[in-house]
Amino acid sequence: MESPGIIIAFWVLAAVTVGGCLMVLVARNLLHALVFLVLAFLGMAGLFVTLSADFIAVAQILIYAGSIAVLMVFAIMLTPLAARDNANSLYLLPALAAGLGIAGLVSVVAVITPWSELKGDALGQSDPVTTVSAIGDLLLGRYVLPFEVASILLFFALLGAIVLVHERRGPREGS
Amino acid sequence: MSTAPRPATPMARQILEHRSLLQRAYALPGEVFFPLLFVLLGGLAATVGIGFLVVAGYLDGRWYDIRDLGNGTSHFRYWAQQQGLPPSVAYLTTALLGGIGILSLVGGWLVIGSWVERRLIAKFQIRQGPNRNGLFGLLQPIADALKLIQKEVLIPVGADRLLFFLPPILIFLPAMLGWAPIPWAAKMSYVDMNVGVVYAIAISSLGVLAVFLAGWSSNNHYALLGAMRTVAMMVSYEIPISLSLLGVVLFTGSLQLSQIVVWQQTYHIWMVILLPFAAFAFLFASTAEINRTPNDIGEAESEIVAGFHTEYSGMKAGLFLAVELGNAILVGAMMSTVFFGGYSFFGLETWIPGYLILATKIGAVYFVFVWLRGTLPRFRLDQLMSFAWKFLIPLSIIQLLVVSVESLVIAQSDLPGLATVGGSVVVNLVLTYFGVRAWANAIGYAPNEMASPPIMTNGVGGLRAAEQIRAGR
Amino acid sequence: MLGLSVTLAHYLVVSALIFGIGTVIALSKRNAVAVLMGVELMLNAVNLTLIAFSRFSSAFGQNGQPLSGHVFVVFVLTVAAAEAAVALAMAVLVYRQRETVDLDRINLLRG
Repeated sequence: MESPGIIIAFWVLAAVTVGGCLMVLVARNLLHALVFLVLAFLGMAGLFVTLSADFIAVAQILIYAGSIAVLMVFAIMLTPLAARDNANSLYLLPALAAGLGIAGLVSVVAVITPWSELKGDALGQSDPVTTVSAIGDLLLGRYVLPFEVASILLFFALLGAIVLVHERRGPREGS
Repeated sequence: MSTAPRPATPMARQILEHRSLLQRAYALPGEVFFPLLFVLLGGLAATVGIGFLVVAGYLDGRWYDIRDLGNGTSHFRYWAQQQGLPPSVAYLTTALLGGIGILSLVGGWLVIGSWVERRLIAKFQIRQGPNRNGLFGLLQPIADALKLIQKEVLIPVGADRLLFFLPPILIFLPAMLGWAPIPWAAKMSYVDMNVGVVYAIAISSLGVLAVFLAGWSSNNHYALLGAMRTVAMMVSYEIPISLSLLGVVLFTGSLQLSQIVVWQQTYHIWMVILLPFAAFAFLFASTAEINRTPNDIGEAESEIVAGFHTEYSGMKAGLFLAVELGNAILVGAMMSTVFFGGYSFFGLETWIPGYLILATKIGAVYFVFVWLRGTLPRFRLDQLMSFAWKFLIPLSIIQLLVVSVESLVIAQSDLPGLATVGGSVVVNLVLTYFGVRAWANAIGYAPNEMASPPIMTNGVGGLRAAEQIRAGR
Repeated sequence: MLGLSVTLAHYLVVSALIFGIGTVIALSKRNAVAVLMGVELMLNAVNLTLIAFSRFSSAFGQNGQPLSGHVFVVFVLTVAAAEAAVALAMAVLVYRQRETVDLDRINLLRG
């Protein structure tokens, strides 16, 4: 990945993503935090595009920015009397320590480990034209059992969400 | 004419005096008629000449072959490679050209579209429509835009200023980005990505957030009501859209929009014939997705002022209105690409530039949208929700089961394509007809038992009433 | 051209930063929805790691293990969607019982 386009795209998208995450942390309003969260999700989709993962990038936009963000909107709007200020609890300092520790540790490990990664021309040659059909083959071939389990999980999550939020009312009057 | 009594109402008088196109042509004065005839005949002769060039194959794949503007850009890229320019220069130039093309298409439509829509609606309602500014009122959109720009942009007290500022911009992004994968000719699409269908669904789901933010940040009950209505409706109607597109993808075996067009070209069939219910579901759900009548409950003027953009004034409100127009032709482009053969028209695309064919189809779909808007009343929110969840989604899922079997048969059997595809068409048409009726009866639609069954408007308007007035009855 | 190149470590560092910030958000926020935002960011960071390893892996595109990382990401997306649906439903349910989604005040078991 040495072409200037990829390099510029990587740095810009990384800045957008990490900046969006930071703004989720420091925003004073829950709705503002949600907007920055969507920004971070979109930046992440861009990073996936730089990694030639076209299907995953589109799925990221569809699921995270399109669905989960809207679910959060609904959750925020259905809790009208709750605080909207995105406040921190007393655990802020330990949490900061833990977060910095994890990030620092993983970063150091990532930098000092001699990864046997592809570089230069080999990387360009292994650039896939399409990933969709390969993902489909894998999902319905090697990973068919996890695929079915995931579908059952989704189904029960759907049922669970409906059952949890369903308001038990008396029989409806009228039609 | 003289014996018939003078009709009483102005509407009936207008119908009576309304001349058909042929009558108008006969009534043209000679000094207009003959030059017009000359121009038409000259155009015909030029067309025949170009047609000769096409048949002789002088044009195929040359850079000046304007049937497919992709020829020009690919030749330019090749030329830039020959000159030793870095590839990024060629790609950036073509990207810029494509971007300018899309921008000018959508921008030009935003300029002309509101005039087209208002004139058409006026025709449906037997009025004149805007006809004062310029020839036929063509300058009306520019006058509207000038008016909107002059107006003050108000920010309501208590509004969330950042979130109030963002939505008019955010809502523009999906309307522009959605044009990227649309193929205008065989080699002419901005990004012919191989996940085009999923991309279109994903991009269209981004508009929800902009609508919600607009409604929430306005600090206005009507705006919030409109926003929550719109969000609930858009989220519900994304599912029928995805399911109907999934049926198409099962047949074509590709998520690439150009491949979908090529599939329809090779089998000489449009998806709308093969999947009539999916086409209907897509059309209806996309009217909900882009907030057009009959599904514009998000901004129902007669109920909640202007819905989610109640508090927006000046050009910000203008942007919301403009995006509605832009989204309408974007959906028209998706609809005609996926269900109506895209840039192909049964071989005509070798004679006429594909983008003109696609533009014609987009115009036809847009006309249907305007027709719906001029004809149907607005649905209620609960009607819309139950229509999506009780009618469109179950039937789409059943259709998907049928389609998966049929696509396997088409892909795997040794029978000729005519037999398998034709068989699928017959099966789908029959199943759609009976399935829709049976399902509607099952969920409680009983027109015969209604206390007051719906009355068709043939008696009070439309073509039949016009005929009756003309006949003097 | 810029004298740089983007390697696996770049993506891993970005992912580590996002994971760290997600951890901070998930541990320190009071609102249940905000905590969920942090969890989603952490899942996203893991997705980025998986995709990066998949892209830079020397077996990429060959018959051995093509695109397994992408498949894992599909599963993570699935689980994230399910988790978000159930968690937000629980937040709404807790709000109905206690009129708050403040995690510091959901302390019935404190005695």
